[in-house]
Amino acid sequence: MSTKTQNNHAWWLVLPVVLLVAFNAVIPLMTVVNYSVQETFGDNVFFFEGVRWFQDILASERFHDALGRQFLFTAIILAIEIPLGVIIALCMPRKGVWVSVCLVLMSLPLLIPWNVVGAMWNIFALPDIGLLGKTLNALGFDYNYTREPMDAWFTVIAMDVWHWTSLVALLAYAGLTSIPDAYFQAARIDGASAWSVFRYIQLPKMKRVLTIAILLRFMDSFMIYTEPFVLTGGGPGNTTTFLSIDLVKMALGQFDLGPAAAMSIIYFLIILLVSWVFYTVTMRNED
Amino acid sequence: MDLISWMAWTPQTALFFLFILACLLTMSVWEFFSPGGAPRRGVLGLDTTRGDRLFISLLGSAFIHLAWLGLVGPDLRGAVGVSAVYALLVFLFV
Repeated sequence: MSTKTQNNHAWWLVLPVVLLVAFNAVIPLMTVVNYSVQETFGDNVFFFEGVRWFQDILASERFHDALGRQFLFTAIILAIEIPLGVIIALCMPRKGVWVSVCLVLMSLPLLIPWNVVGAMWNIFALPDIGLLGKTLNALGFDYNYTREPMDAWFTVIAMDVWHWTSLVALLAYAGLTSIPDAYFQAARIDGASAWSVFRYIQLPKMKRVLTIAILLRFMDSFMIYTEPFVLTGGGPGNTTTFLSIDLVKMALGQFDLGPAAAMSIIYFLIILLVSWVFYTVTMRNED
Repeated sequence: MDLISWMAWTPQTALFFLFILACLLTMSVWEFFSPGGAPRRGVLGLDTTRGDRLFISLLGSAFIHLAWLGLVGPDLRGAVGVSAVYALLVFLFV
């Protein structure tokens, strides 16, 4: 046993963060839990309902549909953005003036606010005056994202890929640049192919940053609201109504705070579970 | 009370959060008197600390309750029992 005196006073330094998290996360979350077991008609008057809202949400077809759409959307954008981001990172230069140019160009989409991205793509994809919409129609595609569910999905996915692939690329690039040259020299001496270099050097070295990239993109895309809301408003019909859009419709549109709170908790638990499973599985064999 | 009336507290939810707080305090006291929080490898092949096992127990219990609510009905006493057994197994073997 070590007899070294431990000074635990440094723990006080995390107090500001604890307070901040308490005010912006814990207290709101507690309030949501409180709302989820009650009914209100406004004026801060509440009626206890027990677990009824949870039961309703679990049995609700509307929730199942929104959840299904949400998982599909997240799976599609992860399947596109992660490989594409890695490919872009592999193509980016390591030295010279082009490094800064590439980095700035890659960062640009990330700097644009969500609602502006939605508005940009809304106009860009309009079938009669938008550059994308008009071009696709001129090429012979019958494209109209305000009318056709498939076109709306295509546009929402293209928008997300445009907005967020840079993040994956920049993270992967950071992972790649941290690999010492000695690894590549050794690979060259052994006559390794480009695929082997990628498979046995670059990919394992990028594992941590890719884990972060996948987690960030999973959580962000699972909570996506502003961009599809501005672009399609959840339509046509309900075809691009993802969970958060549905949640806002329920909470603010219908003022059903109880069911919306129950739905938020289920939504939160799903994100927590998937993130934990993913993180645990990925980090399982780490030293 | 105006300060917290907007949070719409109910005795049931207050008890729930007190239970969570009690779990955290119990873990702290346990660790203080009998340190053993270092990770160990359990049956799932995961390296978990005591805190991890509490997290797994609580998250799993939430899903057990949701499953019970969806499949059995609104009387959740059974779910509490299943969750307690589940938490015990997690603390012993995971």
